[in-house]
Amino acid sequence: MTPDTLLILSAVILIIPLISFLILVFFGKRLGDKAGAAIGTTMLGIDLLLSVYVCYVKLVDFGDAGMIQMKFNWLMLGTKDVSLGMGIDNIAVIMLIVVNLISFLVHLFSVEYMRGDKRYTRYFAYLGIFTFSMLGIVIANNLLNMYIFWELVGVSSYLLIGFWYEKDSASNASKKAFITNRIGDFGLLAGVLILFLTYGTFMFDDIFAQIGLGVLPFDSGTWLTVSGILLFCGAIGKSAQFPLHVWLPDAMEGPTPVSALIHAATMVAAGVYFTARIFPMLTADALLLIAYIGALTAFMAATIALTQNDFKKVLAYSTVSQLGYMIMAIGVGAFTNGFFHLVTHAWFKACLFLASGSVIHAMHHALHAAKDHHTDPQDIRNMGGLRKTMPLTYLMFLIATLAISGVPFTSGFLSKDGILAGTLAFGSLSGHWLIPLAGFGAAGMTAFYMFRLMIEAFHGKPKTEFAAHTHENNRQITGPLILLAFLSFFIWYSFNPFDGSSGWFASKTQTPKSVVPAEYQFDFIVPYEDMPDNSAHSEANIAEAGLHTDGGQTAGQEHSEGHNAPDNAEHHGMNKFEEEIHNQHYPAMILSLIIAGLGILISFAIYQFKLVNPDNLARQFNKLYKFSLNKWYFDEFYAKTFIGGTILLSRILSWFDLKFVDGIVNATAVITNFVSMVVGKFDNLVIDGFVNLTANATGLIGAALRKFQTGRVQSYVAFAIIGFMIILYMVA
Amino acid sequence: MNIGLEHYLIVGAILFSLGLFAVVTRKNAILVLMGLELILNSANINFIAFAKYGGMNIEGHVAAIFVIILAAAEAAVALAIVLNIYRNFKHVNVDEVAKLKD
Repeated sequence: MTPDTLLILSAVILIIPLISFLILVFFGKRLGDKAGAAIGTTMLGIDLLLSVYVCYVKLVDFGDAGMIQMKFNWLMLGTKDVSLGMGIDNIAVIMLIVVNLISFLVHLFSVEYMRGDKRYTRYFAYLGIFTFSMLGIVIANNLLNMYIFWELVGVSSYLLIGFWYEKDSASNASKKAFITNRIGDFGLLAGVLILFLTYGTFMFDDIFAQIGLGVLPFDSGTWLTVSGILLFCGAIGKSAQFPLHVWLPDAMEGPTPVSALIHAATMVAAGVYFTARIFPMLTADALLLIAYIGALTAFMAATIALTQNDFKKVLAYSTVSQLGYMIMAIGVGAFTNGFFHLVTHAWFKACLFLASGSVIHAMHHALHAAKDHHTDPQDIRNMGGLRKTMPLTYLMFLIATLAISGVPFTSGFLSKDGILAGTLAFGSLSGHWLIPLAGFGAAGMTAFYMFRLMIEAFHGKPKTEFAAHTHENNRQITGPLILLAFLSFFIWYSFNPFDGSSGWFASKTQTPKSVVPAEYQFDFIVPYEDMPDNSAHSEANIAEAGLHTDGGQTAGQEHSEGHNAPDNAEHHGMNKFEEEIHNQHYPAMILSLIIAGLGILISFAIYQFKLVNPDNLARQFNKLYKFSLNKWYFDEFYAKTFIGGTILLSRILSWFDLKFVDGIVNATAVITNFVSMVVGKFDNLVIDGFVNLTANATGLIGAALRKFQTGRVQSYVAFAIIGFMIILYMVA
Repeated sequence: MNIGLEHYLIVGAILFSLGLFAVVTRKNAILVLMGLELILNSANINFIAFAKYGGMNIEGHVAAIFVIILAAAEAAVALAIVLNIYRNFKHVNVDEVAKLKD
């Protein structure tokens, strides 16, 4: 297996969902529902197998080769070559599996879930294009490709969120998602253009290499910070970070499997993935901002999730909160753990969402059987006791809930613990203690609201008779749940259930070395022995690295207890931060265990054993409760400020238009009118007068003369004689 | 009273005037033709008078005879026209034969 074939295989992986989309969109009606769904699902299945193979080969044979990539010239812009290309590195191939597996499971799930929908094959076509766009982001090795697929993800999410566009709420939600994303993308585009202007290329490795050589946009570190933050703006929009997180909860209007896809593998993951991609060029200031935004998002979303009553809304805010975690992790420099959390979160969040889909499906059927179309099948206040009627869904939901709460022996524990250790290390080194504080606070709240959701929905007695009449769904729905829950255990990532950094995953996804000049970077991120050049991604190095990573060396690395391989010093110089993470590992673990345990205990105390009445609590902290229930009034705030402001501005402009611009136009019109009237009068009276006078005179003369023209020969003779006589008289 | 050239000319003039009057005023085409004959005859009188007193001699007579022939030819043609007019209009009123004007 050569790097070239690996690249071709990745291209095939990219193309397959597109083919699925094209077939279904053009021949969907003719193929029929059954064949359409079968084609979409099978294609994704093939795609998944291919990506597993590619991932295995890349990690095992080319594990330390950096990025395997190809570039080709697309067009010339003035004197600058614009190149496109694709490339795969370790995080890309892992993402390939994440995207394809979740997309495949969502396909499988949807076969049953969407049965009977009138646009059944169209739905699978959209899933195909969504997967295609996301895969494009994953294997992009340059900003231009990234941007193209980035926008494609936006479009396909628009299509899927608004899939039931007959519902006003769904079409509004899709518009909201699209527009909110566009705001972030504006920043992204500006960032891309600044970088292209400076470096004349879109390629990540070329840009990083030039930054490493000390070439900065407009020769200032500030502009490097600015371009980093602008690029991050795109991630704020896509990954639903504060302050652009408002679209994500509304996006719940789409079909539930779509929510699973958006929340776990595509779209929101794109933002985190992109931030990870640009990590090497982020300066200290940019990283700090990213860390704070992530921390704020994690904390805020967690507080909102505490009080929501809609099954999917709770999950939506938990996603926002977890995304905040990942962004925060990358911001503080805990790159590996941020990406780790992206992957582990993908499994258990997809599991949670598909479980919620299973519950909603069952509730929906129960309501349908009772001919009730008013009760909300998603409201947890209508559920309860589902543990008895849907035991399998309950069990899988429980496993995923344990994982998201960070209970030991789950994958969530490993990644979350790593992130929290990272924030603690960052706090102790930089003095920004608010970040770990928000992180731990959010961790406790996550445990609390997830168990609240589970207890309210699955434990206790059925709160409505419909809930009592629900039934477990069939294999197609529960199968994906089981697989995803299975993947939420620690064993897949590390053999030590208490230390994720010792597993293969961490060793394969080392933090890339920052290329930012040392004066613009946190001193604790700059390696001890600072290397001047980091063009490790060049083509030549790939082959070289590929040569000496065969055989035992890789295996040895996998099992080495150290956080990085000693003989790979070129790529990963030791720095203070990584040491500090190790120091903070156990304190962070103990703290997070205590806090998560507390959250779970309180949750059980309130909702299972009813030691405290939650309604009393809500009444006691009425203001806080309302604040959380109304989502920090973000929508209202935006409606008042941005939307209201836009409307006010439009009103002012419209007034200005009506009064001023139209006034000028109208005045011109009046003046023209008046002048024309005068000219018209002159025309009518004077010029036409002359003309008419001439005509009239001619007419009169004619009328007078025609009297003589009698046609009577006799009168002619008389005139002739008279005339003759007159002449005679005159002559004589 | 000696009858001289003037008297002939006066008779000719009166005859001419009467003829002209008839031509101008009569409505009947026949009468108009008769007026014309009067005019022609007044001219004949003048020719003869000038032949006798004015020194025209034989030329005056020739002219008079020529006029008479001409008058006969004219009368033939004119009467044919009048006959045709009568066929078309069922009358010979010259005032009402005004189709050419239209």
